[in-house]
Amino acid sequence: MADISKIRSDFPILSEKVYGKDLVYLDNGATTQKPQVVIDTLNEVLTKYNANIHRGVHHLSDVASEAYEQARETVRAFINAASTDEIIFTSGTTASINNIAFSFGERFIGSGDEIIISALEHHANIVPWQMLCERKGSVLKVIPMDDNGNLLIDGYRRLLNPSTRIVAVTQASNSLGIVTPIDEIIEEAHSHGIPVLVDGAQGIQHGVVDVRAMDCDFYVFSGHKVYGPTGIGVLYGRRKFLDQIPPWQGGGDMVKSVTFAKTVYNDLPFKFEAGTTNFPAAIGLAAALRYLDETGREEVAAIEGGLLDYATGRLLAIKGVRIYGTGKRKIPVISFLIDGIHQYDAGMILDKMGIAVRTGTHCAQPVMDRLGIDGTIRASLCFYNTRDEIDRLAEGIQKVIEMFS
Amino acid sequence: MTINEIQESIAEEFSQFDDWMQRYELLIDQGRELPAINPEKKVKDYLIEGCQSKVWLYPEFDGKVIRFTADSDAIITRGIVSLLIRVLSGHTPKEIMEADLYFIDKIGLRQNLSPTRSNGLLSMVKQMKLYAIAYDARESAREE
Repeated sequence: MADISKIRSDFPILSEKVYGKDLVYLDNGATTQKPQVVIDTLNEVLTKYNANIHRGVHHLSDVASEAYEQARETVRAFINAASTDEIIFTSGTTASINNIAFSFGERFIGSGDEIIISALEHHANIVPWQMLCERKGSVLKVIPMDDNGNLLIDGYRRLLNPSTRIVAVTQASNSLGIVTPIDEIIEEAHSHGIPVLVDGAQGIQHGVVDVRAMDCDFYVFSGHKVYGPTGIGVLYGRRKFLDQIPPWQGGGDMVKSVTFAKTVYNDLPFKFEAGTTNFPAAIGLAAALRYLDETGREEVAAIEGGLLDYATGRLLAIKGVRIYGTGKRKIPVISFLIDGIHQYDAGMILDKMGIAVRTGTHCAQPVMDRLGIDGTIRASLCFYNTRDEIDRLAEGIQKVIEMFS
Repeated sequence: MTINEIQESIAEEFSQFDDWMQRYELLIDQGRELPAINPEKKVKDYLIEGCQSKVWLYPEFDGKVIRFTADSDAIITRGIVSLLIRVLSGHTPKEIMEADLYFIDKIGLRQNLSPTRSNGLLSMVKQMKLYAIAYDARESAREE
């Protein structure tokens, strides 16, 4: 069993005080805190070998390029991709999805073609596809969900047809915490020859992800939600597709040769990395992934499962608390409302008690519309949280109820 | 009372409390005293954008002063808008346009609201001033 006090001491921010109170950070779904090793790595890049990658003849550029490519290998191994050619660094999940919506869309999607997403998607996996539909005259279809936030597989099967070109679905809902039946979704799509993009922004940090076992065609995630720096993300794509689709952005490093008459694109993965990428963050992300592996990803998942059960029990025991999103498989995210109290009021008071939660629609307005609510309070946990912190949340909710009743 | 006199008295009420919980309780009490808005005015036209909670603000101009009524689905927001109304409502468009709302800083509202939250607060102030500018322009046009 992992030593929780050791884990907590790895994250310096966790010993910060907020309004003179010990910080209780329960907004990990929005961004995770960084272990010291990630902070040190960023610091080291910037103090010892900051130089533009893939360009210089000089020593520092070589060291930086080497570390950057090593980071790509760390990501590859972490998600078990077949080759580093299939690992593209982007600025985050949003950029990764926009990239595929554009590039795949240019090559494979035309007027009347259909794209399937789900009712649980984050805006980042809705809007890029809507923009594509507007450009190409294609049609967006949505896998329905039930009142508890579980996707309806029969509804999904009915949507698949010969016009479907791609399925883009989240691995886990950021707003409700529900884990989607991604294996079934992929299997069904593949039986019709349709590729699948998996939004792993809320999946990568909560367990072992193996893109080959999952058999997805694209997998995207953000560094900052998996204990890495902000401004770095990953786009995994099956080589078969990456070879066929055009680049999203043009610029330096993504080309082999440029003349005013013709430009020859670089090989994978560089074809998709125009301009100077955020290489310090990529190297920092690799440090975060190594940290997670050293801690043990099964171990992390086990701790988080225990915290989720404990928190669910504690919150349900409070009269007036209603949890949105109940399913057999959940990431450690609890979305809830307190009877008669606006989520914003609750969030403000919890904040004053040093408890960081998120309130609002969580960039998933269609989910809220489907549930007939304006928003929720979301406590998103991760392995460095403790039962004591969950007790403080429960006490905080009691205080909120006292103040507003 | 002038706008500044009202600001002073609000600042004094809040200065009795060091503890932020108590200040919030005062804010919540203020919210309960908010003049009721005509329910028919709780429509999209009077909804203020940029707040996490819904805020409806309705102005009435009698040719001399503007009176505001408002409502919000969140109680703390009701408290904030009720303070703004206490300060600005019943004053002339010119007075409202020129008002320097220093009480927001003085009672620690601005520092204690994160940028996105205070956007809500600032949106409310902006909306009230915009109404004042509009009524002022209308009056000047009439005088000419």
